[in-house]
Amino acid sequence: MAYDKFNVLTSTAYPLPIENVDTDQIIPARFLKATERVGFGDNFFRDWRYNQDGTPKTEFPLNKEIYAGSKILVGGKNFGSGSSREHAAWSVYDFGLRCVISSFFADIFRNNCLNVGVLPVQVSSGFADQLFDAILADPKTEIKVDLPNQTVTLVATGASESFEINTYKKDNMLNGFDDIDYLKNIEDEISAFAKTRPF
Amino acid sequence: MANTLFDKVWDAHVVRKVKEGPDVLFIDRHFIHEVTSPVAFLGLESRGNDVVYPEKTFATADHNTPTINQHLPVEDPLSANQLDALERNAKKYGISHWGLGDKNNGIVHVVGPENGITLPGATIVCGDSHTSTHGAFGAIAFGIGTSEVEMVLSTQCIMQPKPKSLRININGSLGVGVTPKDVALYIISKLTTSGATGYFVEYAGDVFTNMSMEGRMTVCNLSIEMGARGGMIAPDEKTYDYIKGRALAPKGKDWEKAMEYWSTLFSEADAEFDLELSFDAAEIEPMITYGTNPGMGIGVSKSIPNSDPSDSGATSYKKSLAYMNFDEGESMLGKEIDFVFLGSCTNGRIEDFRAFCNIIKGRKKAANVTAWLVPGSHKVVDQIKEEGLDKIIDSAGFVLREPGCSACLAMNDDKIPSGKLSVSTSNRNFEGRQGPGSRTLLASPLVAAASAVSGVVTDPRTLLN
Repeated sequence: MAYDKFNVLTSTAYPLPIENVDTDQIIPARFLKATERVGFGDNFFRDWRYNQDGTPKTEFPLNKEIYAGSKILVGGKNFGSGSSREHAAWSVYDFGLRCVISSFFADIFRNNCLNVGVLPVQVSSGFADQLFDAILADPKTEIKVDLPNQTVTLVATGASESFEINTYKKDNMLNGFDDIDYLKNIEDEISAFAKTRPF
Repeated sequence: MANTLFDKVWDAHVVRKVKEGPDVLFIDRHFIHEVTSPVAFLGLESRGNDVVYPEKTFATADHNTPTINQHLPVEDPLSANQLDALERNAKKYGISHWGLGDKNNGIVHVVGPENGITLPGATIVCGDSHTSTHGAFGAIAFGIGTSEVEMVLSTQCIMQPKPKSLRININGSLGVGVTPKDVALYIISKLTTSGATGYFVEYAGDVFTNMSMEGRMTVCNLSIEMGARGGMIAPDEKTYDYIKGRALAPKGKDWEKAMEYWSTLFSEADAEFDLELSFDAAEIEPMITYGTNPGMGIGVSKSIPNSDPSDSGATSYKKSLAYMNFDEGESMLGKEIDFVFLGSCTNGRIEDFRAFCNIIKGRKKAANVTAWLVPGSHKVVDQIKEEGLDKIIDSAGFVLREPGCSACLAMNDDKIPSGKLSVSTSNRNFEGRQGPGSRTLLASPLVAAASAVSGVVTDPRTLLN
């Protein structure tokens, strides 16, 4: 599944300072029934964005006009726990986001994000708090995520922190490549290996 | 350095190590179901790729399937569409497919082991986080995303960094009424839902050695709920006894060869783990959750803990209790419930039905409770009938449904209505997990049964036969 290359992203951000946000909140299971990858952005955080009668919950950050168009979401600790549904990562991307910042990510969600072109940026909890404080004080706060240099910066103050990503995944994100491109290139090596497996 | 069980199995599957990147890991067994596979097949087709080893992938329908009247067409057009897509894709690529009504059909993590597909020392993946279940056999098994499903279909490999190792030791004897589910919920309550993130767990000690294969599957199933990629238990005689003779298990000379390899699958005495934790079996009570993640669990006789205002999670904790409509300090015992769900890949096996029946035998379902008893597979249904458990279920006023994921995740018709309180043997109590607005208390089949006949949250130790 091709995605747009990621290099340096400067954007305002949606703040979601809630811990243990699970994938059933990011995209509830009843919206996993498509057989194509379309429309997942509409149901991103469906039950936190909308009441059961379909009216929007205006106080929820993703519904606030003041943050509209942001490409970054800053989430609380242990973001994306729960299910392996890649639909959660698709819904992040399809909603228009390219980057999620948190002080801690659940494992499968992080991996799924990297596979679909969403950059998971893990920062210290102190820096995450700085980001939340800055956004809540000024919703127009811009955050710069620099993938080549692996830094995330509060543009207004210059406060910055570096983040980890392995070189292979970084190159993929910078070039819009994915793992299948890599694996298809080593097909012969894989089929030779397959012959050695007992079952 | 001496190897752990995990090292031995992982290292045997590394095709190559990518410099400053992940390992290319060969996958022996791949399960697919209707929800997370259709887009993978679309991706495969759009790139012009083929399924390279169709005999290593197994398809079963479970997430969307109704649990009554499975002989009738599926009413929900979106579910029917996904089920059709699974069947069509399986047929097109020569993948074995156990659809609705097939005698081998059931929840993917129940039918894999039942049919001898799950083997020690194998790498097993599925687009479902509870794939960790298969670790009970000494396999490395974990959930993957749809992009990875496509990778496995088109290359039989995925690319993953090797996780760190964590061994959880529990020695001693479990108390009366304490089940494998309680052991897992206890560990998660101690570790929190992120405590094992980045790790692959090995469970060791008396408690797991003495546990049945069904129990080990329940524990490994819940590994993901402590954040771990998966969990595994070294294979032993119980493992071999369970596998031997199953339809797709190795036979004859292949069996001998497999046994020879499997007997090497254990952590060396001086193997080092990145992290090691120990708990005392005697400390574990029948458990129940009170919040909106599986880490929010307590002994069923305990009260809901008070939040710590200095904790950064205090706001999230209060939000969670507000959703549940519970207060700090309240007792869980005696809370009136509306629904009971027995089933899922966590507790939908024969042993779970035996435990449930032990409590309901000679008693009646409480009038205020709607109960859904959903076996994990047709084989479990057959076994229930063979043992006469269906008669106990019937006399107690319960109804046995047909296999599927059911009320675990509200993708099918079995949804808990908004505001209703459900005691559920499944694996997640997230907001809305069992239906929008539903409130879930995770517990063992024993707690579920005791609550089902009492109509309120009940300690099963007061009712054990």
